[in-house]
Amino acid sequence: MTEVKSPEVPAPPAAVPSELTPGGRWGRVRPFLPLVALAVALTLPYSTLHLPGIFEGALNEPGTLQLLAVCMVFGGLAAGYDLLFGRTGMLSFGHALYFAAGVYGTDILVTKAGLPLWQAALFTITGGTILAALIGAVALRTVGIAFAMVTLAFAQVGAILVARDFGGLTGGEEGLPLDVSGVPEALVGVTNTVNLYWLALAYLVVVVFVVHRVSGSPTGRVLAGLRDDERRVGVLGLDPYRFKLVAFTLAGGLAAAGGVVYCLIVGGASPHITSSELTLSLLVMVVLGGPGTRWGPVLGGILYMYLDHRLVAFGASEAVDALPAFLSRPLSQPLFVLGAVFILAVYFFPGGLASLAPRLALLRGSLRIPSRGR
Amino acid sequence: MTEPVLSVADLSVRISGLHILQGVSFTVAPTGVTVLLGRNGVGKTTTLRAIVGLTPRAGEVHGTIRMGAQSLLARPTHRLVRGGLGYVPEDRCVFAGLTVAENLRLAERRGTTPAYDRVYALFPELDRRGRQRAGSLSGGQQQMLAIGRVLLNDNRLLLIDEPTKGLAPKVVTEVAEVLERVAESVPVLLVEQNLAVVRRLARDAVVLAAGKVAWTGDAQELLLETGLTKSLLGVGSAEVHH
Amino acid sequence: MDTIILLTLTGLGLAALYFLVASGLSLVFGLADVLNFAHGLFLGVGAYATWWAAGNLPGAGGDGFGFVVAVAFGVLAGTLVAVLVELVLIRPLYSRTIEQVLVTVGLSLAGVALLQATWGADARTFPRPEWTRQVTNVLGANVPNGGLLLIVAAVLVLGAILTFLRWTRYGLVIRAGVENREMVTALGIDVRKAFTLVFAIGGAAAALAGALGSVYFGTVSPGQGGSLLIFAFIVVVIGGMGSVVGSAYAAVAVGLLQQFVNYYGTSGLGDICVVGLLAVVLLLRPQGIAGKVATA
Repeated sequence: MTEVKSPEVPAPPAAVPSELTPGGRWGRVRPFLPLVALAVALTLPYSTLHLPGIFEGALNEPGTLQLLAVCMVFGGLAAGYDLLFGRTGMLSFGHALYFAAGVYGTDILVTKAGLPLWQAALFTITGGTILAALIGAVALRTVGIAFAMVTLAFAQVGAILVARDFGGLTGGEEGLPLDVSGVPEALVGVTNTVNLYWLALAYLVVVVFVVHRVSGSPTGRVLAGLRDDERRVGVLGLDPYRFKLVAFTLAGGLAAAGGVVYCLIVGGASPHITSSELTLSLLVMVVLGGPGTRWGPVLGGILYMYLDHRLVAFGASEAVDALPAFLSRPLSQPLFVLGAVFILAVYFFPGGLASLAPRLALLRGSLRIPSRGR
Repeated sequence: MTEPVLSVADLSVRISGLHILQGVSFTVAPTGVTVLLGRNGVGKTTTLRAIVGLTPRAGEVHGTIRMGAQSLLARPTHRLVRGGLGYVPEDRCVFAGLTVAENLRLAERRGTTPAYDRVYALFPELDRRGRQRAGSLSGGQQQMLAIGRVLLNDNRLLLIDEPTKGLAPKVVTEVAEVLERVAESVPVLLVEQNLAVVRRLARDAVVLAAGKVAWTGDAQELLLETGLTKSLLGVGSAEVHH
Repeated sequence: MDTIILLTLTGLGLAALYFLVASGLSLVFGLADVLNFAHGLFLGVGAYATWWAAGNLPGAGGDGFGFVVAVAFGVLAGTLVAVLVELVLIRPLYSRTIEQVLVTVGLSLAGVALLQATWGADARTFPRPEWTRQVTNVLGANVPNGGLLLIVAAVLVLGAILTFLRWTRYGLVIRAGVENREMVTALGIDVRKAFTLVFAIGGAAAALAGALGSVYFGTVSPGQGGSLLIFAFIVVVIGGMGSVVGSAYAAVAVGLLQQFVNYYGTSGLGDICVVGLLAVVLLLRPQGIAGKVATA
């Protein structure tokens, strides 16, 4: 008559709040992990450690630090994008636009208009935020897939504007190297890469802080409500449009700020950052990491960019070269590997990396308590 | 007592965290109309959709549903329908952009002869309006088409969800007449709010309240007991007496 | 006058290309709710398979009947890939819309990278019959034959799809399924078979677009599908998801607008106007010009 429920829980939904993960020793250590990670991040530039296979040079070499800085910027970007996708349920395909606005805005204002960096950054972030607010105001009149298409189309305008080089501002296909004479000396040159690393770390920390504050606030709970069931929020007398616009604008502003940092790290702007591919990559990062989770998107962003860079070296490595051509050639394409991993992740780890820990905990739990019934 | 055509046992449906049905059990007799009653939002439509396998993906279904010896749960909808479970959904759901004839043709199945004579005998209008777009039919005509579409094939059981909803009183009577004739040859599980129609058609009644079965038994008896109908359905049966 | 005729016909050529990509996208979206980012991959497969066949397949070549064989091979390859994608990757995620979109996103990234790994990132010269490089004089304007070929192909494909939808059993199932998929299954029809079919149709049309588009441009490159895809998406949205005829109208509007504004305005302005058109249509008629009929 009654079915005995076995202790295992059905596959966790996409958003597994990390607070709900089962306890144990691991559970006691867990809350401190981000602090440990931060401490590691803070000490990295002082370490001369060699990690062969993971990084090419020592940890404190400029090459390694630059890669890490790029990874952290994308960790922050992914966290910001997750504010839309994972936490509010908005599938935007145009997030690259605000990031690109940040990169090109800074670059153009410094290089072409000759503004000092801090002014350029200020104007760019303000401008990027306003841009997001304007486009959001239009795009959010649609929902679901139509919203995805509209944001994609607007981002395409950005890509066209950059590629066609209107007014000779963007440098077209060639991109626009940053004129460093307007940039404080501490942020210029190979020897100062460590300062860019600090900047990227600061950006990541700020984004994570903002995103967590927002999602913990009453606004964040409304956003989560929108994700789960928009009508229910409407019934409460709250205007979904306004809340979504707030999230959209905030995420756009955070992306523009990331653009400013990225522009400094790579020393200029190139048109590929305007492509829809970048937005798709953000989506991949968030899904790989675990949408709507506390640390998943950050991890996903960092890991994705790391793999994207390192897989080039992996593809050129002897181990891959030794394989037959039909294997070695695809493996030498980072996007092939990442795309394939992504597809597998959608099938087998719907909650992303963040769902792995609770799953492992469940596994351990079910091993300890022999399951009854069934 | 004869074997029921359908038996539902301990059926629970949860959709995005809401327990809509909590252990519903009832049977449908092999002849006549069994009516599923209850106030709005009590889970009548959810019950029918669970039987025919149309619970949304976010929903979980537990319990057993059997038609004869066969378990229906976890089988895809089109298989169930081919196995003789006819379903006429709430709001009719005819294909508005297709013609009447195309709507009917869609229900044809390979290997069986579609019973157009049966359908056109019940609804001569569908024959006359074959080339008309279904979206331009009146509500009553759309309901006829929705029922006709299902009657094109032989069924072991019909599930019909609120066939008189939103129809003019005269049309309600027409639909009730048709259902009466249909029920002569095939058992029907009917969801219906109009108690006059229930009085006319139903033999057995199952009343749902708060996701559970609150009452089962003879439908006419239920309608006679004013207190009972009032407490279960929120209407006095006096309202049924014209 | 010559200029206007030339612009109109080249605009229609572009429209033809958009339509070939958009018709399949629209059907796939309308029926299966799958926003298919991998559609550009079908186009790339069609183009590269044609290119490969022209050089390597016995009987196929770059000219005359051999070219027809090469294109047929390309279309077949595109169709096969589309069917495989549906069966292996999309079907197991039936009715899980977001996951399906994500899978097609992953596929588009991986697929283009695979083309790139196999044939290199750079554009390659496409073999094409001599006559497609020439022009035909239409009312005083010299119109490239490659463009005219695209227009003829698109009209034929439009006719074929409409005939199929109108007169066949599966066409009926697809039309009904675009309106209300659930109700189709409730009539005892396995609607998933129709999914495979629309993927096949879409894959074939996209592969044809890949082959003939490469003839028109004279080159083939891995990223080709991606940039076309965005405009094809716009065409689908403007035309109304699920409507083939709507896609045809929208493709013509987008192609002409783009061509004329790019010529009379600054280059690139036409592309931006197209996005403007999209925004206007969406704000006025969110369901597109011939959108899904709301089920009553």
